[in-house]
Amino acid sequence: MADAIVLDERQETYEEQALPATRVRGYWQSVFYRLRHDPVTLVFAAIVLLIVLAAVFAPLLAPFDPYKESIVGRLKPFGWRDHLLGTDELGRDMLSRLLFGGRVSLLMGVVPVLIASLIGGMLGVIGGFVGGRTNTAIMRTMDVFYAFPSVLLAVAIAGAMGGGMTNGMLALTLVFIPPMCRVAETATTQVRALDFIEAARASGAHAMTIIRYHVLGNVLGPVFIYASSLVSVSILLASGLSFLGLGVRPPLPDWGLMLSTLRQSIYVVPFVCALPGLAIFITSICCNLVSDGLRAAMDVRM
Amino acid sequence: MIARDLRKHFPVKGSGGKSVKAVDGVSFTVRKSETLGIVGESGCGKSTLARMLLHLVVPDAGELVFDGDLVDTRELPVDALRRQVQIVFQDSYSSLNPRMPVRDSVAFGPFVQGRKKRQARDIACEMLGKVGLDPDLFGPRYPHELSGGQKQRVNIARALATEPRMVILDEPVSALDKSVEAQVLNLLRALKRQFNLTYLFISHDLNVVRYLSDRVLVMYLGRVVEIGPIDAVFERPLHPYTRALLASRPSMDPARRIEEAPISGDPPNPIDPPSGCHFHTRCRFAETPCEKTDPVLGRWEGPQSHVAACHMHDMASGHTRIAHV
Repeated sequence: MADAIVLDERQETYEEQALPATRVRGYWQSVFYRLRHDPVTLVFAAIVLLIVLAAVFAPLLAPFDPYKESIVGRLKPFGWRDHLLGTDELGRDMLSRLLFGGRVSLLMGVVPVLIASLIGGMLGVIGGFVGGRTNTAIMRTMDVFYAFPSVLLAVAIAGAMGGGMTNGMLALTLVFIPPMCRVAETATTQVRALDFIEAARASGAHAMTIIRYHVLGNVLGPVFIYASSLVSVSILLASGLSFLGLGVRPPLPDWGLMLSTLRQSIYVVPFVCALPGLAIFITSICCNLVSDGLRAAMDVRM
Repeated sequence: MIARDLRKHFPVKGSGGKSVKAVDGVSFTVRKSETLGIVGESGCGKSTLARMLLHLVVPDAGELVFDGDLVDTRELPVDALRRQVQIVFQDSYSSLNPRMPVRDSVAFGPFVQGRKKRQARDIACEMLGKVGLDPDLFGPRYPHELSGGQKQRVNIARALATEPRMVILDEPVSALDKSVEAQVLNLLRALKRQFNLTYLFISHDLNVVRYLSDRVLVMYLGRVVEIGPIDAVFERPLHPYTRALLASRPSMDPARRIEEAPISGDPPNPIDPPSGCHFHTRCRFAETPCEKTDPVLGRWEGPQSHVAACHMHDMASGHTRIAHV
């Protein structure tokens, strides 16, 4: 029975693969088409979406005030007096704090990557397209940042500027600009060597026009894929910064910070203490897998 | 179009100032509505020459005159030249943007030259029709959905979309299989007649060049060795190199199969070309004068003139086999 189902599915895909010969799809249409047929990526994308929605609607979903402390209700296990996921070391509801913490963590995960892909991508495209000395200047400057391990760099920058969420994001942005720039530069250099750029020049187009119509479309893919994989790194780094006291300041809930303050209680309520770590783990692994799926779906030559 | 003494030397890194003499003093004329074929071994500078004619590679020295105007001066800026001259590359795949429907690739030329987007797209559809592709069926497709021949047709449409007067064809059919090659060649012929185009046709396939060209220019190691009307060059080649090239064509007749290679060895290193005549290291008739002095290409003003840069055609050269070939 199971075999028959598999066989049917195969036939179905064969039929659908035969279609492109007659039906013509746009690039993004074909990307979505391939994504639709990739159940693994769809499942993980759904989880990411759930996490995002949970964070966005945290005020509606949270059963308790995430800042409300209680002396008697400290470090209680799952299910204690309606506290579904227990309470933390100050008696605050864990579920509510996790929901609100997701807002901060996701923000710290997405915003630095977004800014870094804009700045780094722009620098990379300019360097890669112009080439020569401009490129050398840009890329060697980036190499200076590469000389430091990314965690150390983030810690150093955040430490130098003082903690806080904005400074933490700024530090992460600076950390992500060099790799983003390198990805964009590599993609641009590859595209620039192709004949269609030469042909575009031959038809009298100027550099900016060529970049806009011919380069960006080809660089966007790799940059987008790399950015999506950086989101999980950014969440982890942000958590690390908060853990070290360089990111978000208490009492603001943040997964990394919660992990840090709860770690002393690991022997009292081990499962409750592991929750923020679990949240970080699930979010980052799902982001990574979605990014892998996108990479496969966006490959035009498949 | 007149090219005078074009030169392009690419510096070689870490060689202490040495350079590859890709194109070394090439002069020729392409007449209105003729097809000039350019032949030569790989690495002899054909493609560099093609790119220099459009200023995609800026020449180190020499000048270009298009329709009486000196290129890259106030008379004819490079932008204006690029409205009149277009190019088709050998690699049909990499000359189309993989993220763009081919219709938009064709429309790009008219668009950057000031047409409205819709107008440009209409022109693109018309051009696709002219090269034998149904614009409704093929226009919205991406390059990876087309065959090599279809892509090359799109490239031809792209080159013609800006209504050029001259088209440089840089080995346009070398990457295609024989049957498709014939179709594309016939298409090129038909388009030339229809739009009254001038072609500069670069190839290493002598039969293809003969089929399409009115005159032919033979290059060896960055220099012109022979130029003349196509039949004259093919029937009575003047330069030993041209003779070797012609003899190297595969014979259609098994009884006349060539046993021995007419020319042996690789071309010399263009970083350090041989003294005098570049060909003397591989030439059967090489003598002392060939090593010492550069042979000069004779005058080739008339459309029927046929000249070669060889000491055997120069009375004053001191070669013992004057007019032997």
